[in-house]
Amino acid sequence: MTGILEFVVLAFILIGAFFSLVAAIGVVRLPDVYTRNHAASKSATLGVMFILIGTFLYFAAEGHTNTRLILAIVFIFLTSPVGGHLINRAAYYTGVNMWDQSVRDDLREKVGYGKRKSPEDTGGKIS
Amino acid sequence: MFNILLYAVLVMLSLSILGYVYRLIKGPTIPDRVVALDAIGITLVSITALVSIVMETNAFLDVILLIGILSFIGTAAFSKFLAKGVIFDRDRNS
Repeated sequence: MTGILEFVVLAFILIGAFFSLVAAIGVVRLPDVYTRNHAASKSATLGVMFILIGTFLYFAAEGHTNTRLILAIVFIFLTSPVGGHLINRAAYYTGVNMWDQSVRDDLREKVGYGKRKSPEDTGGKIS
Repeated sequence: MFNILLYAVLVMLSLSILGYVYRLIKGPTIPDRVVALDAIGITLVSITALVSIVMETNAFLDVILLIGILSFIGTAAFSKFLAKGVIFDRDRNS
């Protein structure tokens, strides 16, 4: 394995690890389920795609082109945002409260039911 | 150099799984826990890829696609259960 290709693989893997770590910090520190899902479904997806592209380049340089790895990259790129959307939608419809300092809830006029406390109810202050 | 950085990346991914486990235990609502489980599955995919680089084998590359598919099916089933109370509908007219 030559030097420049090793450098490229390492760059992809390090960028992917950085994005995965940023996603974990976001999941730990963000205030409600919607913002946590925002961190987890975008940044973690980008991180794992970078790491898989680095892995694919490593094995392609070894002389083994693995097409199932490309299929895994495409599949994760398609399904991880869909999974994030599904669980976020389920959280909204089962009445999970938003962060107490968020200012708008436009979907509530369309849905119109539930025990959710919106920012419009109390003038932006929710205990 | 290459292997040392790979081990460093594995340590970073393990720390991120530790953060997800913290959210999985503490998370105030059930969708928080499902988000954490989905992210644990995604991170386990990248750990599998890095372990297959470290061990210099390509036998684990099928496991990557399998973990991705299982993680998505699990998340979809959990959110269907949370939203409707059932996973498979009995009524075919709705």
